[in-house]
Amino acid sequence: MSDYRNIIHQGLWQNNPGLVQLLGLCPLLATSSTMTNALGLGFATMLVLVSTNLVVSLIRSQVPNEIRIPIFVMVIAAVVTAIEQLMQAYTYQLYQSLGIFIPLIVTNCIVIGRAEAFASKNPLLPSIVDGLMMGLGFTLVLFLLGTCRELLGQGTLFDGAEALFGPWATVLRVEVFKTESHFLLAILPPGAFMVLGFLIAAKNAVDARQKSRQVQTAGITRARVTHVASNETSAG
Amino acid sequence: MSFRIASSPHHHSQQHTSVLMQKVILACLPGIACQVYFFGYGVLLQLVLAIITAWASEALVLRLRQKPVLPRLKDHSAMLTAVLLAVSIPAFAPWWIIVLGTAFAIIIVKQLYGGLGHNLFNPAMAAYVFLLVSFPQQMTSWLPPLTLQAQQQQVLDPVCAVFTDFSCAGYSLTQLKTDIDGMTMATPLDTLKTDLSTGKTISESLQQPVFDSIGGLGWNYVNLAFLIGGLWLLQQKVIQWRIPLAVLGSLGLCSLIGYLIDPDLHASPLFHLLSGGTMLAAFFIATDPVSASTTLRGRLYYGALIGLLIYLIRSFGGFPDAVAFAVMLANLAVPLIDYYSRPRTYGHKPKGSY
Repeated sequence: MSDYRNIIHQGLWQNNPGLVQLLGLCPLLATSSTMTNALGLGFATMLVLVSTNLVVSLIRSQVPNEIRIPIFVMVIAAVVTAIEQLMQAYTYQLYQSLGIFIPLIVTNCIVIGRAEAFASKNPLLPSIVDGLMMGLGFTLVLFLLGTCRELLGQGTLFDGAEALFGPWATVLRVEVFKTESHFLLAILPPGAFMVLGFLIAAKNAVDARQKSRQVQTAGITRARVTHVASNETSAG
Repeated sequence: MSFRIASSPHHHSQQHTSVLMQKVILACLPGIACQVYFFGYGVLLQLVLAIITAWASEALVLRLRQKPVLPRLKDHSAMLTAVLLAVSIPAFAPWWIIVLGTAFAIIIVKQLYGGLGHNLFNPAMAAYVFLLVSFPQQMTSWLPPLTLQAQQQQVLDPVCAVFTDFSCAGYSLTQLKTDIDGMTMATPLDTLKTDLSTGKTISESLQQPVFDSIGGLGWNYVNLAFLIGGLWLLQQKVIQWRIPLAVLGSLGLCSLIGYLIDPDLHASPLFHLLSGGTMLAAFFIATDPVSASTTLRGRLYYGALIGLLIYLIRSFGGFPDAVAFAVMLANLAVPLIDYYSRPRTYGHKPKGSY
């Protein structure tokens, strides 16, 4: 069980694809201009990750080591094609606004990275969990980035959510503040780089704070041990 | 009697950072005065807002970084950044433009890279690009010189415009930009670009009221004033001649080539040298010791690159003036320039000769 907990921790925090591995930056920065686009691409990537990890883990003993990479790429390409067709069928608006970035999931380094580094060496269930958690970690970062950029850029939340969730989702749209001059930088790619930089800095700051707290607690336990020891000696 | 034994160099330059910065700010004064004379005192308002914001954001970040605040504020570098940004944005731009821009310059471009001496880009120009990209409409709302404005500027108009977006009588900026004949007026460089795109020749475009015999009305005096300030800086040895000369020389040469090829489509060298922010860029912005090249030969390359880029973007790019983009691109090239222009170490043979 602790094994799965480790996988979850790795995917969501310790080894987060968006904040630590910095893989898949191209879609991360290009499609995170609104929350809806970010969520759409995040879900698609997550689905691809789970499916490819599943397939790769199943065939891992049959694949000759020398040609494993081309085979993984073919698996990924097949899965991405299927998902692209699905998105075209069910979320056509989102499919149009994400454009080239759906087929480009094939080239997303996280997908091939997890297939090579994890799924090709681990049994089925851990591989699926790993794909799910890596995908979720990526989606969360995308979602956060999309939230910041949409809020800064146009002052709204969930603008155009109906493209992803269907017509009922228009109620999700929140206009936080109204502005005549949009803050264009947040919507343009340089803004994405800056916001991502701040997110990474925030994550590092949280890690550093945790580390300093751990050191402190370690100091306290040592003090208690010596105290107990001195008690014993006095009793003895 | 005791002798103090110190190693070389024995001759020190007595100019500290704060003195240098003070001198650069002083040298800006003629240019600022000229802007006030031609465009109203809005620029002074922008200056005050910018300096207050710069001090506040510098103090805030230094506090967060747990560094001493006062010694850093006293070196006047934040104030210089604020001054350079304030003179480059339109005098009637709304107050939040300059506040956002200055905070961006100090917090993100300067302090996040490690503070004074560590910034990759010139903070004022990076902030200018940031503002121009984010708020193109406000950043291009330059008013024509006072003499051409249809509405007589009232005493409180700059205050009203900066804080409410409207003049005290309730005219919007677009209305204020309109001349007596109901034509909207832009800056000289902008007018020239628009006219060329509609098929007019340079000499036809120069008939417009925003031009006088040499270049943009008012703008050429502003540029001359910055030139005077820059020459004083040279005389005071605050800056060296290489970068300004390279910028002006390269811009002049490029525009001369264009002018000789077709004077109907390319403005004269004198027009280029006295338009927009040329002099400000050559003497005050490109010479920033932190983000410019550090080798002697490199400074020539760096300045020439800025001049070339200014000419290329002005003539063929999408924006009317190009100083900020040119300086930022050249800043990016500085590590490369420095690497290839390292001076020969004394006693070593030049590279490649055996």
